[in-house]
Amino acid sequence: MTTVSSSAPDRVGGAPSRASLARRGSAFLYRHAKVRLALLLSAPLFWLGLVYIAALAALLITAFWTVDSFTGEILVDWNVDNVTKVLGDALYHAVTLRTVTAAVLVTLIDIAIALPIACLMAKVASRAVHRALVIAILLPLWASYLVKAYAWRSLLSQDGVIDWMLAPIGGESPGYGFEGSVVTLAYLWLPFVILPIFTALERVPDSLLDASSDLGAKTGRTFRHIVFPLIVPGIIAGSIFSFSLTLGDYIAVRIVGGATQMLGTLVYANVGVANNLPLAAAVSLIPLGIIFIYLGVVRRTGALSNL
Amino acid sequence: MRLSLPSKILLWGATALTLAFIYTPILVVVLNSFSTSKTLSWPPPGFTTEWWAKAFSNAGAMSAVTTSLIVALASTVIALLLGTALSFALHRFDFFGKSTVNLLVVLPIALPGIVTGIALNNAFRTMLDIQLGWFTIIVAHGTFCVVTVFNNVFARLRRVGTSLEEASSDLGAGIWTTFRLVTFPQIRSALFAGGLLSFALSFDEIIVTTFTAGSGVQTLPIYILENMFRPNQAPIVAVIAVVMILIAIVPIYIAQRLTSSDNR
Repeated sequence: MTTVSSSAPDRVGGAPSRASLARRGSAFLYRHAKVRLALLLSAPLFWLGLVYIAALAALLITAFWTVDSFTGEILVDWNVDNVTKVLGDALYHAVTLRTVTAAVLVTLIDIAIALPIACLMAKVASRAVHRALVIAILLPLWASYLVKAYAWRSLLSQDGVIDWMLAPIGGESPGYGFEGSVVTLAYLWLPFVILPIFTALERVPDSLLDASSDLGAKTGRTFRHIVFPLIVPGIIAGSIFSFSLTLGDYIAVRIVGGATQMLGTLVYANVGVANNLPLAAAVSLIPLGIIFIYLGVVRRTGALSNL
Repeated sequence: MRLSLPSKILLWGATALTLAFIYTPILVVVLNSFSTSKTLSWPPPGFTTEWWAKAFSNAGAMSAVTTSLIVALASTVIALLLGTALSFALHRFDFFGKSTVNLLVVLPIALPGIVTGIALNNAFRTMLDIQLGWFTIIVAHGTFCVVTVFNNVFARLRRVGTSLEEASSDLGAGIWTTFRLVTFPQIRSALFAGGLLSFALSFDEIIVTTFTAGSGVQTLPIYILENMFRPNQAPIVAVIAVVMILIAIVPIYIAQRLTSSDNR
């Protein structure tokens, strides 16, 4: 066994002692699956656990600390002031409501846009059109987040494209504000909604559709009673993205939102200008909490395995 | 699917509108980068290549490009190492807490960017007392890039199975030889695709970046963000935006081609 395992390519590399060390290591690892697993897992788990989980836990802890208003230093002074402030203050209520409204609107807009194009891609178009559409939709939408937000800034601006398009019918661009933010966010997250719906639609067997129309159902009825129930998990999977991403966004809102405040911009303002990390941490617990509630609700539908 | 004519027209019409919705903003940015108007008024009063020349001789923009390239390369290397090790561990072994580890990989990208950003910012600044800069930005990017490599390599491992490796070790090859001559060639293109996606992801990231970059390190997205609100910089920002579209799309196109040609 050992003589065979030191096959020619192994020997080329180095001195005999190194080769035998490698061979012994190989034999040892081959026999000890647990050691192999430990070697593979240690670095990634160390990294993700130390960097990420510890950071999330620390964020939770920091929310219960305070900041010295004079020096700006963070003080380890356990209290629930930040959390009660965030939960009790009318400002945070209004901003939370506005952010959740935006998230719901963005999700609905995206689902409405995604359904027809996903249907066409998955079930109607010929193979060539299907492939062309997949590329046509994926490529521009994977392009830079910032560039797309910037594009909407120039579209929505005064004398911009939207003003120019709406001028003949007497309309004008909504400008920078809540509406602009919703449209821009819907544009940004569209691929994340189209993809899961498209995947769910592809999994619907054609035979079911044929059977439905053989039995006399029209297109609308087939969609409502056959297709829709089957793709609900895909729709929910898409909505998790658009919902969660909207709750956490602050850059797009800064770019096209004008003075609109969302949870993200509040967090950012507290980290940057106000230099109050504990309060920012407490504010960031709101979107985190909402997402966990949302995930808990949709978990029962089985959509999580579709992500 | 058999469709009635009206619903066919409706579907194609909706698709055409969606494509227009997707492409108009991008086309407008491309045209604006050649516009003679400094405020980007529409329609462009005239066309010029002045901004393209200015952008490429702009020291701030060029150093931001270099910074972004270095950060993206470093975090891709981290993602490749960690993501590959994780995908092997999760594919080849059954162990306690496996689904938790799986969740752990996805979490940095699934949670809102602002939560990841502020969590890392807080950990670096108040817990570890590390100055924000190159190190923190690369650590942050590496953390959320792991998932792209993991997804690609894991999917590949699942498809190719372990029979060839078993054959290799039955024929007497050790673990290293089998990896070098059998396993690695099988996952090479998945590594490449995952690496490209991770590179594009890092190159483009802005939310986590603003929380971990500090004031000393300026990546290209941060440069764009800062100059977007300045008067008279608009056309140069448009040029950089077009460059970013190209830099982000080309790797993703290649990655898609790679993975889809494997699937056939």
